[in-house]
Amino acid sequence: MEFFIISTLNGISYGLLLFMLSSGLTLIFSMMGVLNFAHASFYMLGAYIGYSLSQVLGFWPALLIAPLVVGALGSVFERYCLRRVHKFGHVPELLITFGLTYVVLELVQLIWGRIAIEFKPPAVLQGPAFTLVNDTVSGLRMVWGAASAELCSAADPAVRVVCSPFPATRGFMVLVALTMLVSIWLLLTRTRVGLVIQAALTHPDAVESLGHNVPRVLMLVFGAGAALAGLAGVIGGSTFLTEPSMAATVGSIIFVVVVVGGMGSLSGAFLASLLIGTIQTFAVAFDYSLLGALQQSGLPVGAAWSSNTLLTMKLSQVAPILPYLFLVLILIFRPKGLLGTREG
Amino acid sequence: MSFALKFTAAAVVVLAAGAAFAQKGETVKMVRIDPLTGLLGPVGVSQLKGYQFFAEKFSGKGNPAGVNFEVIGMDNKLSPTESLNALKSAIDQGVRYIIQGNGSSVALALSDAVSKHNERNPGKEVIYLNDSAVDPDLTNSKCSYWHFRFDADTSMKMEAMSSFMVDQKDIKKVYILGQNYSHGVQVAKYAKETLARKRPDIQIVGEDLHPLAQVRDFAPYIAKIKAAGADTVITGNWGSDLSLLVKAANENGYTGKFFTYYAGVTGTPTALGTNGEGRVFQIAYSHYNMGGQMDKWMREFNTKYNDDFYTGSTIRIFETLGAAMAKAKSTDPVKVAAALEGISVKSFNGEVQMRNLDHQLQQPLYMTVWQKADSKYSYSPEKTGMTLVPVKEYPNYVSSTPTSCQMKRPG
Repeated sequence: MEFFIISTLNGISYGLLLFMLSSGLTLIFSMMGVLNFAHASFYMLGAYIGYSLSQVLGFWPALLIAPLVVGALGSVFERYCLRRVHKFGHVPELLITFGLTYVVLELVQLIWGRIAIEFKPPAVLQGPAFTLVNDTVSGLRMVWGAASAELCSAADPAVRVVCSPFPATRGFMVLVALTMLVSIWLLLTRTRVGLVIQAALTHPDAVESLGHNVPRVLMLVFGAGAALAGLAGVIGGSTFLTEPSMAATVGSIIFVVVVVGGMGSLSGAFLASLLIGTIQTFAVAFDYSLLGALQQSGLPVGAAWSSNTLLTMKLSQVAPILPYLFLVLILIFRPKGLLGTREG
Repeated sequence: MSFALKFTAAAVVVLAAGAAFAQKGETVKMVRIDPLTGLLGPVGVSQLKGYQFFAEKFSGKGNPAGVNFEVIGMDNKLSPTESLNALKSAIDQGVRYIIQGNGSSVALALSDAVSKHNERNPGKEVIYLNDSAVDPDLTNSKCSYWHFRFDADTSMKMEAMSSFMVDQKDIKKVYILGQNYSHGVQVAKYAKETLARKRPDIQIVGEDLHPLAQVRDFAPYIAKIKAAGADTVITGNWGSDLSLLVKAANENGYTGKFFTYYAGVTGTPTALGTNGEGRVFQIAYSHYNMGGQMDKWMREFNTKYNDDFYTGSTIRIFETLGAAMAKAKSTDPVKVAAALEGISVKSFNGEVQMRNLDHQLQQPLYMTVWQKADSKYSYSPEKTGMTLVPVKEYPNYVSSTPTSCQMKRPG
């Protein structure tokens, strides 16, 4: 039972990190029609800038300032690069963001070096947020913070006690992502700024004729998207690892999230990131293989089959490719994504 | 006519006399092909520093042949394809000695490429010195005359590790976790084989392979290990794959034992911290507290680079190569390879021998455990205040394993 709870929480927290990243991406796409390849690079920049700032100012100020810096960099990029190529159509826009990923990667390696840096979360977040104590006598209980040693060891050897702490960094990740989700939703649906943004999305000419500066709105949205990626970077970098290939690893996954959720749909991105986070976490736990399924179904299984590498491959081994498989299936059967509104 | 004959004879004598010391003062250029970037970059970078440090120590008067060593690094990004490109460019630069260690997948590709190159380019032979790739195939079914291994292979390490486990009665349920490539697969295979032979009562409760240097988050694996009820984990993981695994184990409250190959390698000591005390073991041919000259070198290395030296093979490569070059009276790889076969040298922990059957160095192994550094075992890696303390030493004959190698020797 505690295995199920902890795995679910692990899956959800990883999924919410993906959501923090993909929300910015999908926001930019829905506003500007630009598929921003450099989005994961802003995530990496957030982690590195957050690391440098935390060396000087401490973690909490860095958590606030780093996203602002990344957001400013994103706005500058939109204003002076993206806007210039905008008139040539979508392909040049795509290519310029693609080029930016390489520039950012090389810059990061020049400034911070090619190997992983040690970005530690603050002391408050280093322990467990809560601990699940499961013993065979009194069942499952929850203790805030770390459980004491006597709670986790039984005096009677017949009683089996398992303590499963849940790291505070992951709890924090969940908290930030949920706060972000609610505030974006409130901003877009309950404020004037949100109305202008939504209107600029569907009727840019009408909004412009009402006296709003649409290009500036676009710049701010791009900056906000980059800032969200930067925030995810500070949290992801300190929880997992800060190193130059971190952009490449999440880069492909967040595209999967955006496509599966539906291009430009914020709620779709939320659903898809939770789905992919939990699928990836739980896939690791299961040792099912095609061979096992065949045996279960009562088919005669020959010796040649039981040594076939494809058939004996376990679900836990293919866990890393599952999101991509999911992507292909969605594109075949529901090209607009789970909650998407437009076709293809 | 007779004058010409005499002159020729004299010239031959003079040349032969000169040739006796021909190698003296020569510079032996070596290239180390290893990851210098990416997740496993820190390991390769630290080891390259070790090579450059000891190349200086063993040059000139430091070796019996009186040659100078020079080592440069080439980044292979842990990819066999990139490694073959690096090998080609090293050969084009006239380098005849190739060193590699991290990744048996790379080692198998390099060994094969070097053999082919030597067959096709007589007079331009290359020797491949392997410092850390431990897939047993390299000295068994896929052995090559030009490949020399200085680390102990997985079969040897497992032999020693299982001998140690025989006395550890509290080990009942074992989980095997490894990286999904030749090395991880071999560790799992040999672990099951030796445990079934020496501790048949131990139950293997789970076995998993994960992608090499890809996993950032080991929490799901730790949850699975806990759910399986394993009291011990055997893993051949190294670099970030071990340090992140240990980090996840600490964060998620896993309290079982870890039997590892590479707990002392860059990044892992920091991840272990004080949490791993008394329950993380390492089987290796060297450790942090060898004492004597080794201790002085390690401290000097630490002061110079602010880094820890753990790849003892580096020293043995220079020692063995120096002895072989003195014996061959040449730096020509063909002669040196012949001299390397069966050579014995006195190393930092006694006599080691390059077995001529399969080119596997025969050497003592140490079982060490992670605990607080004290006055007796004082060297503490990565300023953790902890160290690896030897609990058992296995002399050459315990870990020596038979080979199926049918060596094809040139000529």
